[in-house]
Amino acid sequence: MGSTLAEKIMAAHAGVRRASPGDLLTCKVDKIMATDVTAPLSIEVFRRMGATRVADPKACILVNDHFVPAKDILSADLSKTMRAFAREQGIRAYFEVGRSGICHALLPEKGLVRPGEILVGADSHTCTAGALGCFATGVGSTELAAAWALGEMWFRVPETLRIEVTGTFAPHVTSKDLILYLLGELGVEGARYAAVEFGGEAVDAMPMHARLTLCNMAIEAGAKAGMIAADAVTLAYLAERGVAALDAPQPDEDASYSRVIRVDLGRLGLMVAEPHLPSQVRPAEAFRDVKVDQVFIGSCTNGFLEDLDAAAAILKGRHVASSVRLIVTPATQDIYLQAIQRGILETLVASGAAVTTPTCGACLGGHNGVLGRDEVALATTSRNFRGRMGDTSSRVYLGNPAVAAATAIMGRIARPEDLP
Amino acid sequence: MTVGTLEGRAWLFGDHVDTDVIIPVRYCTTSNREELGPHAMSGLDPEFASKIAPGDFIVAGHNFGCGSSRENAPLALQGAGVGAVVAISFGRIFYRNAINVGLPFFESPEAVSCCGPGDLLQVRMEEGLLRNVTRGLALALAKYPPQVAEIIEAGGLEAYVRRRLTGRGS
Repeated sequence: MGSTLAEKIMAAHAGVRRASPGDLLTCKVDKIMATDVTAPLSIEVFRRMGATRVADPKACILVNDHFVPAKDILSADLSKTMRAFAREQGIRAYFEVGRSGICHALLPEKGLVRPGEILVGADSHTCTAGALGCFATGVGSTELAAAWALGEMWFRVPETLRIEVTGTFAPHVTSKDLILYLLGELGVEGARYAAVEFGGEAVDAMPMHARLTLCNMAIEAGAKAGMIAADAVTLAYLAERGVAALDAPQPDEDASYSRVIRVDLGRLGLMVAEPHLPSQVRPAEAFRDVKVDQVFIGSCTNGFLEDLDAAAAILKGRHVASSVRLIVTPATQDIYLQAIQRGILETLVASGAAVTTPTCGACLGGHNGVLGRDEVALATTSRNFRGRMGDTSSRVYLGNPAVAAATAIMGRIARPEDLP
Repeated sequence: MTVGTLEGRAWLFGDHVDTDVIIPVRYCTTSNREELGPHAMSGLDPEFASKIAPGDFIVAGHNFGCGSSRENAPLALQGAGVGAVVAISFGRIFYRNAINVGLPFFESPEAVSCCGPGDLLQVRMEEGLLRNVTRGLALALAKYPPQVAEIIEAGGLEAYVRRRLTGRGS
């Protein structure tokens, strides 16, 4: 019996021949990531543990992304604490405001995560990086402090669920619609504790940003990791970032999966999740009567250059409805710069969008687009839990960037084909 | 977390109680239990923290604590005085966080359906049972995996790591 991708990576990091679901293993971790909201507590706990030096400064990555540029004095102090720790510990992968971005988009972009590695991050969307063929999972701050101190972590080897995708996307339909569709099928705990391995000809054909979007939302089904085995697309993406070709682990042909779900993209349309769960998914047209106050395009799910470009293609020469605020946040500084150079941001600003500097901001109701009482938003983000983007009475719908752009123009949830 | 008896009244919640409702992010500029406590569960019930008595139990359905990795969630529950969380299942990051910060939590497939609001609940650790004193019921609780039990024995992950670092003279 062969092994899944998650089983192979975990066995290699625990120094055992084989890892089977249910095994409890202590694994070496290759990369340890924290952000301005989670690192300060980790630092406090790290010191209380009696630790003085991180086990390996080269493994550590610290990213300013959640409450930056500082939204208030407390946030400024959070970043300040993380900044001082990076200096003290000699952590070079420290990303400052203006040279940073949302961690889950930033790490792949900077070539900091590689196939076959284990990445732990104190943020639940750490699973995004699994798109590069690594095992990437979210942890809390105390767990992260322990990983800094020990360089290892215990895991229960997860069952693996295989998603086999065939066919090609219809116009404007993206991997966001695919993952929303899958969440509708699986529910928010359908993959709880499991690794989700995506594959098949349609995944092979996806560019990296689409793969990142897919793995990003594995956590919304409760998964420990979302993964795509590295292939030519991955290696080319890494080569552009100066990472030399490497021997990437692959799942075995005869690997054992807890469940296999097959999806034909030919049957997939534009999907929207309604409040207050990302699994409450229906075709976008079901929500055509829903008026919105705000549209948000950005986040670690859909703040990539291609996402901004898809929105700009629809907004070009058109205007955001007078009743709507459109907020756009490029995921990283590099995406921001490229979007300027290619005229994407010019198009968006001319249409009436407010463009912000890279941050997690609006997605989690932190800053730069918080919702007021009873307000309704459509967002390209990953979560629509109650109060996620602001007041407890506000409501969030999730969709892809093209749906977001059409919605901003129409003032109600719309598809690109609904535009006059 | 391993010895003694936990006792408190039951506060019932449904499925998929997420970390955004356990502690909305606007309160997450602190990780101090006492500062977080008054806002615990405020996404579902703004009065929760002022209504409960120290040691009271949260009893919930599937997937309690799904969503973000914020450790502020179990810390806020501790700050509010929650004595234990009993649920059918837990979101995996919350599960690990609860172990690590020493918030007692128990998996029980029946608890939420065998329990009314305000029922007096009791857990005697050595028994592995959840007793509903009000209704005269006793329910078996799932055992912790060995790695988890070891961390709980040590008094949480912080103490566990401290012991290991001392052990190797770091």
